[in-house]
Amino acid sequence: MGAIVGGGMMLAVEQGDIGVVGLAASGILVAVAVAISLWRQLGLERSLLWAALRALVQLLAVGWVLQFVVDPDDPLFLSALWIVAMVSFAAYTTSRRAADVPKVLPLSLLAYTASAIVVLGVLFGFGIYDLEGRTLVPLAGMVIGNSLASTVLVSRQLLIAATEQREVIEGRLALGLSATEAFRPHLRQALRTALVPQIESTKAVGIVFLPGAMVGLILAGVDPADAVRVQVSVMYLVLGSVATTTAVMSLGISRELFTPAQQLRRPAQRTDD
Amino acid sequence: MSSADAFELIGVDAGPVRAKPILRSIDLVVPANGVTVLAGPSGAGKSTLLRLLNRLDDPAAGEVRWRGRALTEWSPTELRRQVAMVFQRAPIFPGTVLDNLRVALADVAVERAGHVLEHVGLSAELLDQAADSLSGGEAQRMCVARALLTDPAVLLADEPTAALDRAARTTVEDLGRMLADTGVAVIWVSHDTDQLRRLADHVIVLADGAVRAAGHLDDLDASADPIVRQSVGAP
Repeated sequence: MGAIVGGGMMLAVEQGDIGVVGLAASGILVAVAVAISLWRQLGLERSLLWAALRALVQLLAVGWVLQFVVDPDDPLFLSALWIVAMVSFAAYTTSRRAADVPKVLPLSLLAYTASAIVVLGVLFGFGIYDLEGRTLVPLAGMVIGNSLASTVLVSRQLLIAATEQREVIEGRLALGLSATEAFRPHLRQALRTALVPQIESTKAVGIVFLPGAMVGLILAGVDPADAVRVQVSVMYLVLGSVATTTAVMSLGISRELFTPAQQLRRPAQRTDD
Repeated sequence: MSSADAFELIGVDAGPVRAKPILRSIDLVVPANGVTVLAGPSGAGKSTLLRLLNRLDDPAAGEVRWRGRALTEWSPTELRRQVAMVFQRAPIFPGTVLDNLRVALADVAVERAGHVLEHVGLSAELLDQAADSLSGGEAQRMCVARALLTDPAVLLADEPTAALDRAARTTVEDLGRMLADTGVAVIWVSHDTDQLRRLADHVIVLADGAVRAAGHLDDLDASADPIVRQSVGAP
């Protein structure tokens, strides 16, 4: 597929520049949402304005920093640093949102790192994209950002299974099954729960919705055929990264839930040794 | 089954929370022949003790031995196939009764699966039935059948009839008695004194995390300790 976002992007910057006035005008749509909230007494005005403002400030800040990170003259060092920061932040967020999961922080660090290595390794190793800050940073962002929700979900699912299905799991252990065998049905179920929504949205793409990356490229003036190829590679990237992250995470958590003597730990013991 | 098969507990502290053990400094021999009933008030540590014997839990202190070896020297999976366990609420796995039996023994032939069902008083025709459609008593007997497929020497039973009605309770009790008579030692937790008096060859009374008494029913009936007399329903 070779460097599919070659010259198009330069053109995009010209055509896709909506300017400060344009940006302010798009704020009218936030006003519409606020008006609806007021009209139907939803009480969401403050949340809406705060969310819109936060998104603006965060993205402006990111955009400013990205200028330096994706500079073609930069030797990828800043890009790498940026990815480390993203992985760390994703792991921190996961550990906050699945706080009861044993060893959640080191496991999620491992999961996001493994996923980034595998997925970026394929994308750059096969020359699908040219390795530079401009491609590395956003693709790593797609890997990590899209895996976050599934990783939190699979972590919580496993913990719920270990708690609510305790009798069934111990029933299998009592028959002389190993911890791996006793937990396998629950592991499978949690992974399916995390992956199926991703598979469903992959199936519906193009029919039910047009994905953001493609919309962005088309708005920015890229030929739709090029935009489609970029989008397809991004969707495969997302599938691969979600599968990798959730697999690493769930195998790690499964190990932490049991002792070496094939016993299901109790919640109070999960922080032991 | 000889007395060499008994479980020995030496200086055992145990309980779900390691810092606050329910059982404290227990020194005890649990006979593994016939039916041994663990009795005593709720919260005495009966289930906690039972779960030590197949290593579903480890003691916080002390040692448990079986057949002269510390349980920590056994492979946990091998130990659990020899020291099987059934629970108060029968854990049912997805699928048919045959699927459930195959969790214990993956390649069990249909014929042997049918025999083991009949051995616990169920019809072999149930093999193809969904396991979650069984009645409480049938489910508990299926769990015993499932446990028997590993050819255990001992069956641990943690209040196996507490969730059953009277008729089902009787069938499961009879099954326990039959197993003990055919060479599978049964260690049975119960706080039903009538059941204890029907079943027990040996009795261990636990109260407040300690062994209050252990021995034959006749000896305990003659005990001067009111908690022991109450726990065994002494006349």
